[in-house]
Amino acid sequence: MGLVFFIILVAVVAWGVLAYNRLVSLRNQVDNSWRQIDVQLKRRHDLIPNLVEAVKGYMQFERDTLTQVVEARAKAISAPDQTSRMAAENQITTGLGRLLAVMENYPQLKSDQNVLRLQEELTTTENQIAFSRQAYNDVVLEMNNSTETFPSNFIANNFGFKKAEYFKIAPEDQAVPKVDLAMTAPRA
Amino acid sequence: MAAASNFRALEATNRRETAILIAVFMLLFGALGLGLDFAARDLYLDNGRLAGFPALTIAALLFGSIQSLVSFYGGASLVLLSVHARPLTPDTQKHQMVLNVINEMAIAARMPAPKPYLMDDPSPNAFATGRDPQHSVICVTQGLVDNMDREELQGVIGHEMSHIADYDIRTMMMIAVMVGGIAMLSDFVYRWMFFGGFGGRDRDDHDRDNNAAALITVAVVILAAVAPLFSQLLAMAVSRQREYLADASSVEFTRNPRALLRALQHIAQIESPLKAGTAGTAHLFMVNPREGMKDDNEGFLANLFSSHPPLQKRIERLQAMLGAPSAASIAAEAVRSTTSGPA
Repeated sequence: MGLVFFIILVAVVAWGVLAYNRLVSLRNQVDNSWRQIDVQLKRRHDLIPNLVEAVKGYMQFERDTLTQVVEARAKAISAPDQTSRMAAENQITTGLGRLLAVMENYPQLKSDQNVLRLQEELTTTENQIAFSRQAYNDVVLEMNNSTETFPSNFIANNFGFKKAEYFKIAPEDQAVPKVDLAMTAPRA
Repeated sequence: MAAASNFRALEATNRRETAILIAVFMLLFGALGLGLDFAARDLYLDNGRLAGFPALTIAALLFGSIQSLVSFYGGASLVLLSVHARPLTPDTQKHQMVLNVINEMAIAARMPAPKPYLMDDPSPNAFATGRDPQHSVICVTQGLVDNMDREELQGVIGHEMSHIADYDIRTMMMIAVMVGGIAMLSDFVYRWMFFGGFGGRDRDDHDRDNNAAALITVAVVILAAVAPLFSQLLAMAVSRQREYLADASSVEFTRNPRALLRALQHIAQIESPLKAGTAGTAHLFMVNPREGMKDDNEGFLANLFSSHPPLQKRIERLQAMLGAPSAASIAAEAVRSTTSGPA
C-alpha cells in the first residue's frame, strides 16, 4: 500500500517539475521573441537614413513620403515609453510600405544597385519584423494556454506565472497602404 | 488555434508513422535474411555446424541498422554530394533574396536557420535534408532562383521549412537509403536461391522433406521479388502524404495561401525536368523532378509509383484553403495579368 502511495507521489512531483519547467521555458521564449522584434526594429532604424539618402535625388514628387518616414524614425528612437514607441514604429511600417511601393514607379531607381540592395534589405527586415511578431504571438498563445488550462494552471497560479500580452496593432494602422501605381507618378 | 493544434497532432502522427515505417523495413530485412539462412542451411550441415543458427538473418538486420545509422548521420552530405550542390553565397541580388527568405521563414517557423545550398540546374525545384532542425539544409536550384518572385519563394521555402519542422527530412533520407538496401539484399537473395539454393540441394540426400523445402524456396523467391517493389510503394505512399502536410504547414508559416499556390502554378507552367532527379532522390524534392512525372500521372498505377501527389491536386487543395473557387480565381488572375501588364 505504501509503495503505491509512494509511486503516485513521485509521479505527481515529476509532473509538477515538468509543468513548471515548461512554463519557465515558455516565459523565456516570450521574452526572447520580444527581444527578437527589437533587434529587427533596430536594424530597420539603421537602414532608413541610407535608403532616404539614396532615393532623395530621384523622388522629387515624394518629399512627403520621405519626410514622414524620417520623422517617424526620429520619434521612435526618442520615444519615452513603450506605447509611444510602438505608435511611432507603426508609422514607420506604414510610411516604408508606401515608400517601397512608390519606388516601383521610378525606373532609374530599379537600375541603381545600391538602392536595390537597400530595398531588399528593408523588405527582408519588414518581413522579419512581421514574422517575429507572428512567432511572438504564437508563443504567447502557448504560454497562455499553459497558464489557463487544467491541470497546468495549478502550477502557474501557485508560482506566479502570468498571461503574456499579445502584440496588437492599432486599428488605424491595420489598413495596408494602398498605392495606385498607374496614377501617382509619371511613367517613363 | 484550431489549426495550430491540428498541426501539432499531425506532427505526432508523423513521428509514429516513422517508427512503424522503420519497423516494417526491419521486418523486410529480417525476412530476407531468414530466406538467406534457409538457402544456406546445407552449408551449415555440410560443415557439421549447428543447424538453424540465423547468422545471415542477423547479418541482414545489422546491414539494415548500419544503413539507417549511416543515413542518419551522413545522409545529408551524401545527398548534397550526389546532386552536386554547393553552399549558396550572396553573390547576386537574387541569391541574397533567397538567403533573406530562408531567414524569414526560419523566424516564422521558430527554428534555427538551415544551411543554404544551390544546385546549378535550370529546372525550378528545391529540397530540404538533414537529421534535425539543428542540422538542416535547404537546397534550391538556380532555376527556382531565376523563376520565382519573393512571394513564391516564401511559399516554396516555407514548404521545405515544414519538412524540417516535422522531421520529414530524417524520415525521407532514411527511406531513400533503406529502399536501396532492400533492393540490394533482395537481388542477392534472388540470385542465391536460383544459383546457390537449387544447385546445393541436388547434391543432397533425398531423405529430406523436399516438398516443404520447395515451398519455402518459392516463398522466399517471391519475397525477394516483391520486397523491393513493396518498399518502394511504401516509401512513395508516405512521401505523397507528407507533401500535402508540408503544403499546409507552409501556409501556416507564411499565413498566405497565395504564396505557395502561385509558386506551384508557376512551376506547373515550366516544362523542364531536373537533370539530377533520379528515382532514388525524387521524393526529396519540392515537386517531382522526373521527366513526365510532374503532373500527368492521373491513373491509379501512376499514382502508386509517384513520390508526389499530382501538382494539380496540390494546387486544388491550396485553392480550397484560399477559400476561392478555382475557376473564379483563375479568371481573376487572367484579369490581373492583363491589366497590370505594360500599358
